[in-house]
Amino acid sequence: MTSPDVLDPQRSRTTTEHSRDGAPVVLHQLTRTYGTTRALDQFSLDVAPGEFVALLGPSGCGKTTALRMVAGFDTPDSGQILVDGVDVSRIPAQKRDMGMVFQSYSLFPNMSARDNVAFGLRLRHQRGGLRRQRAHELLDLVGLAEHVTKYPHQLSGGQQQRVALARALAIEPRVLLLDEPLSALDAKVRAELRDQIRALQQRLAITTLFVTHDQEEALSMADRVCVMSRGRVEQIASPAELYAHPSSAFVAEFVGVSSRVPVERHGDRVVLFEREAAIRGESPALDAGPVDALLRPEDVSVRPDPTGAGVVQHRSFLGASTRLEIGFADVVVKTDVRSVDAGDFELGTRVSLDVAVLDVLVTPRRVPSPEG
Amino acid sequence: MTQIDTLNALAVEPASAPAVRRLRRRRLRVGRGVVLLLAGAYFLVPLYAALDFALRDIQGRFSLSPLTQITAQPGFGAAVGLSFKLSVVTLALELIIMVPTVIYVHLRLPRFRRVMEVITILPIVIPPIVLILGVLAAARPYQWLSASPYLLALVYVVLAMPFVYRSLDSGLGALDLRTLVEAARSLGSGWISTMWRVLIPNLRSALLSASVLTLALVFGEFTMAQLDLWTTVPVWIYNSSSNNPHVVTAVAMIFLVAMWVVLTLIVSLDRTHRRTKDTP
Repeated sequence: MTSPDVLDPQRSRTTTEHSRDGAPVVLHQLTRTYGTTRALDQFSLDVAPGEFVALLGPSGCGKTTALRMVAGFDTPDSGQILVDGVDVSRIPAQKRDMGMVFQSYSLFPNMSARDNVAFGLRLRHQRGGLRRQRAHELLDLVGLAEHVTKYPHQLSGGQQQRVALARALAIEPRVLLLDEPLSALDAKVRAELRDQIRALQQRLAITTLFVTHDQEEALSMADRVCVMSRGRVEQIASPAELYAHPSSAFVAEFVGVSSRVPVERHGDRVVLFEREAAIRGESPALDAGPVDALLRPEDVSVRPDPTGAGVVQHRSFLGASTRLEIGFADVVVKTDVRSVDAGDFELGTRVSLDVAVLDVLVTPRRVPSPEG
Repeated sequence: MTQIDTLNALAVEPASAPAVRRLRRRRLRVGRGVVLLLAGAYFLVPLYAALDFALRDIQGRFSLSPLTQITAQPGFGAAVGLSFKLSVVTLALELIIMVPTVIYVHLRLPRFRRVMEVITILPIVIPPIVLILGVLAAARPYQWLSASPYLLALVYVVLAMPFVYRSLDSGLGALDLRTLVEAARSLGSGWISTMWRVLIPNLRSALLSASVLTLALVFGEFTMAQLDLWTTVPVWIYNSSSNNPHVVTAVAMIFLVAMWVVLTLIVSLDRTHRRTKDTP
């Protein structure tokens, strides 16, 4: 299903790949309010030419609103959108030269795959022969050369999204906008298309904004990830930086897996499972109040211990590793063990935890809600 | 003896249950058949009677002369011409007004759809005689309008609105309209191009059914045309029915058949188009 050519990073850009070099995109203090809801609140983001930036966040955080503003489908109440240094925030969508792939299958049902791809070229008055040739080339690029005459209802979901990608690329857009294009696909196709989109983006060096609520997608595809919450930027960083050094409890808990453990604080150190650990430098500013430590699964190691305070409450097989949820008196800690060792950790097994890192991220303690 | 019979009946009950079910199914089938037969008779007997009447001469003998005499009837050609012109104008106005309106409501004012439904029912609720008298009174100061047969077309646009709205509404409901429009716009398509190249081709079935319903309405409407003193086909049929009832009935039958033919053609054309698309 995946075209090997597309995934070959060594393959140079050919004459058929006309995409212009990516344009820089600057979103400057965008604000958008719907009724009493502030969808975007002074949202700013700089995207370098050819960069792939993922907007990641929970539902309602404003990521799709930001993307739709760049596309021209929504207008900011205030703020600017600069593409290649030009303010496009008041330019209609059809004049912005943005290629967009949507979450739902957006192919025109009355047109074949080839006509869908050629649609934008037709609007640009490209001659019929050239138009068809270019449509063929792009469909070939996404591995659908044999499906040019098929109509959308004759294509699978993954194939439809690849045609949509080819269609978006056909107009040589200045910016490629991807609005959760993989969310309607099954896991296998999603993984294949994810690789394909990333490979194409790198080869064409096209500036790309990608909206997703799936952290795995964002971390695996993007050069940088912008984590959003309540219309604001929580953190913009590379995937590795974001995972290792989250700037807030929200980012730490939203990106990757974290367990929140109440700890005693002694100056710049905390006591965690009867062991002292330093407070990680980028921990949010803390006053003298109670704090929680945020632990990644790899921050702790687990061993069977008949006198241990923890009990294995839940196991999830993840392939090479198995995730354990260890229950203590008032907290649950998630950690991973190799699946070959998982036999030692049956449900109900008593265990002890050891802190495997020298410092931990610490955040002000969350007050439990009355509902629990 | 009675007690023994009852006991016997109880004893054989389990074995006879399938037979009882079979009997019930048979009764149900017969019942359905009777209802279908009655419904069919309700529609077909008057049609047969009209056809039979249309194919008889003045002496009551079978004859094709009523059919051959149609075109020679005074005023017939003019009535057909007027009805045809009215139907074309009505259809054009209806589609020009309703297609963008319904698309706009679906896209920008989805909450207004309920209000639209109520508004489009009004022409059905208001009696035609009230409507046309109101329209005639309103148009009286404008001689160019009140003296024109196309005033009727304006009224027919309102009358056909419920049917056209519903056809378009269900057609648009079957599309992911917002995404299609946004996809087209992101590729550089303006509103007119989006409507022409993307939306209208995908509303083919809805537009065809709206068109057929509008044509049927215009060719069948009598009250308003009669009160506005224009001789459309239904008015001509009414006026001529006392002079030559056989010919008039033949005309009515021909129009009925023509409408069926048009409807069948449209449906089969649509099916052919779909089948062509389904062939890889």
